Amino acid sequence: MSRLTKFLGSTVGAKFVVAVTGTLLSLFVVGHLAGNLLLFRGRDAMNTYAESLQHLGAALWLIRGGLLAVFATHIVLAIRLKLRNQSARPAGYAHEATVQASWASRSMVLTGLVVLAFVLMHLAHFTLGWLEPTKYAVHETVGSGDLLRERHDVYAMVVLGFRSDLFVALYVVAMVVLGLHLSHALQSLFQSFGFRSPSFTPVIERVCGTVAWVLAAGFLLIPLAVRLDLVGTEVTP
Amino acid sequence: MANATGTMRLKLHIWRQKGPNQSGAIKTYDVTANEHMSFLEMLDVLNQELIGKGEEPVAFDHDCREGICGSCNLVINGVPHGPQRGTTACQLHMRTFKDGDEIWIEPWRAKAFPVIKDLVVDRGAFDRIIAAGGYVSVNTGSAPDANEILIGKADAEEAFGYAACIGCGACVAACKNASAMLFTAAKFAHLQKLPQGRVEADRRAVRMVQQHDAEGFGSCTNQYECEAVCPKEISVTSIARLNAAYRRASLRSVEV
Repeated sequence: MSRLTKFLGSTVGAKFVVAVTGTLLSLFVVGHLAGNLLLFRGRDAMNTYAESLQHLGAALWLIRGGLLAVFATHIVLAIRLKLRNQSARPAGYAHEATVQASWASRSMVLTGLVVLAFVLMHLAHFTLGWLEPTKYAVHETVGSGDLLRERHDVYAMVVLGFRSDLFVALYVVAMVVLGLHLSHALQSLFQSFGFRSPSFTPVIERVCGTVAWVLAAGFLLIPLAVRLDLVGTEVTP
Repeated sequence: MANATGTMRLKLHIWRQKGPNQSGAIKTYDVTANEHMSFLEMLDVLNQELIGKGEEPVAFDHDCREGICGSCNLVINGVPHGPQRGTTACQLHMRTFKDGDEIWIEPWRAKAFPVIKDLVVDRGAFDRIIAAGGYVSVNTGSAPDANEILIGKADAEEAFGYAACIGCGACVAACKNASAMLFTAAKFAHLQKLPQGRVEADRRAVRMVQQHDAEGFGSCTNQYECEAVCPKEISVTSIARLNAAYRRASLRSVEV
């Protein structure tokens, strides 16, 4: 057995890799939120940002491929550990009790799978435009004179998308679930990496809990602000 | 709380299983106990009554009844060693309960801890984890001078905190994943904190984790139920130490 398969096959090694991939995914979430919040700076800021991402070309596909690999590794290892953990207790207790473990910490696979379902829906919604093709295919004309060109109007797409109660509700639920997942995940990373001390850990736990909900709330601002007509009122269908 | 005379009537739901690989079931018993009794003494009273009636007494592990041997292993109302923190079942007293209470008593539940009879499980898996690396190799015949190697107060305190593990297995019983990480990590970390234990730390980390996994225990998901029920209140900082040590040892490609 190679060193890597041995490491990944062990409970401690697999957990470490789940933590590493989780860290990368969390960093993606932070970056994605920062980009999305450009919506509040208006159509031009949002669309220029989206356009610059598209112009990355090969690099964009490299990033997407890497992200997919990280996501897949995270899910496969976490589910493999979960199956192992279930088989470690074939007969359960007639009288179950939990002393202090939070619901979030006990439901990581469930919340993780909900996040996965959301990501697939989100890709079909805003990246591939399969769910609402007419709201997806909106363009704006920018530049002047000979440099006049069309580009994807991501700003209008998002605004139109979030005028639907159904989608706002789906995104709200998904972001609450993401908040729950992160509220256990972020502080758990430090333990899996082996950073723990009586002075440092209580601070980490508080900061991570706050960061998890700030991230979830940050994402929620967008559908809610659109639905409440606080942003994007100039967009007409 | 009991009534004025200190007696209390209880309804016990106890896991009964005749032997290994046999199916078992919860059976219900009424028992009259006294609030000054320990939990095990209350079970002794029940067993006397069962023997008097010609029935098979309830098998349960016990030895010192002073909270230091790690033999007693009862999951009481879903919590290993019962509701009182930092206390083994033998040191738990009936005054913790109320007259008329219903109490569920079950064995440790884990694939790696098969039930032998009733509430008694085989904890041999722990011995095999220790045998895999939870020791320090020393030459016999030439005892070194005491205090030859100086150990700082903070290190000594931390090592002693982990060394307080009595190997009862409550951590496994409480863990939602039936993981033995707190036991394995405590037995790893108490040696790692001492100069004598540092020499073989890499090999120890790898071997103990390998044996832990081979026994069929689950993985740690950082919920810390183990720490909450540990009768010796061993810190999950030990698990963080083992996590880091195992990663380092794996990177160094330790021959085991």
